[in-house]
Amino acid sequence: MLEPFLFFVFAVLAVSGGLGMLISRSPIASSLWMVMGMIAIAGLYLTLNAAFIGAVQILVYAGAIMILFLFVIMLLNLDETPRLGTVDWRKGAAFVLGVAVLAQLLTVVAVNLPGAARPTGTSPADVARVAQTDVTALGVSLLTDHAFSLEIIGVLLLGATIGAVLLAKKKLV
Amino acid sequence: MDLTWYLSLSAVLFTIGVLGVLLRRNVIVVFLSIELMLNAVNLTLVAFSQSFGDVQGQILVFFVIAVAASEAAVGLAIVIALFRNTLSVNVDEMSLFRG
Repeated sequence: MLEPFLFFVFAVLAVSGGLGMLISRSPIASSLWMVMGMIAIAGLYLTLNAAFIGAVQILVYAGAIMILFLFVIMLLNLDETPRLGTVDWRKGAAFVLGVAVLAQLLTVVAVNLPGAARPTGTSPADVARVAQTDVTALGVSLLTDHAFSLEIIGVLLLGATIGAVLLAKKKLV
Repeated sequence: MDLTWYLSLSAVLFTIGVLGVLLRRNVIVVFLSIELMLNAVNLTLVAFSQSFGDVQGQILVFFVIAVAASEAAVGLAIVIALFRNTLSVNVDEMSLFRG
């Protein structure tokens, strides 16, 4: 009863966050709409019983990445972009392409899934499986099966930090 | 909730991201749209992970978020470097490789 309600609330918030990002003229407003969308997606993770991913989503996406975007926008001191209203053939083609992508994705979902889809988190077996996907199982799998990947991610983040500092410096060495 | 609902929502979010990349000319908004597409795919991964009762999907999402964080850092540094040279964030004016 509660779960479909929460799903629709968070789905509306996520889609309106995306649309607000797409439509608003100022980049700051786009970023703030996007923060709302990110938090709504974190709520969707909670309805999927993925609490850890939801927390990471809020900390990393809504916190760190969006603050980085806002920081760069304010550093560049941008003006508002011109209104999206003028319609030329390129925007029309882009819109048609976007709708084609949506139709394709929804066709794949509609054709392939009704037989295979099962409701999530309802039957006792589902509840038992959910208990296995809690944060303990996630941490154990991360540090045993995927320990090497975890180290590689650490090196990647270090490399990205150094690369970002080098790229944004006044003069490249 | 049915898995189909989550996948349909994810398709809608992905399409909004595609439209943002195609319609907007501001490079920062294009970047935000790419982040939205990454989020849409993360949502499908978590939905499948929940549906199959397998934790591997969530681990993949964890790695995708880490790579997205480093991508955002490097990408925004490139935006700053380009802005210093062209004084613009319009993708139409970034035609250095076009010859």
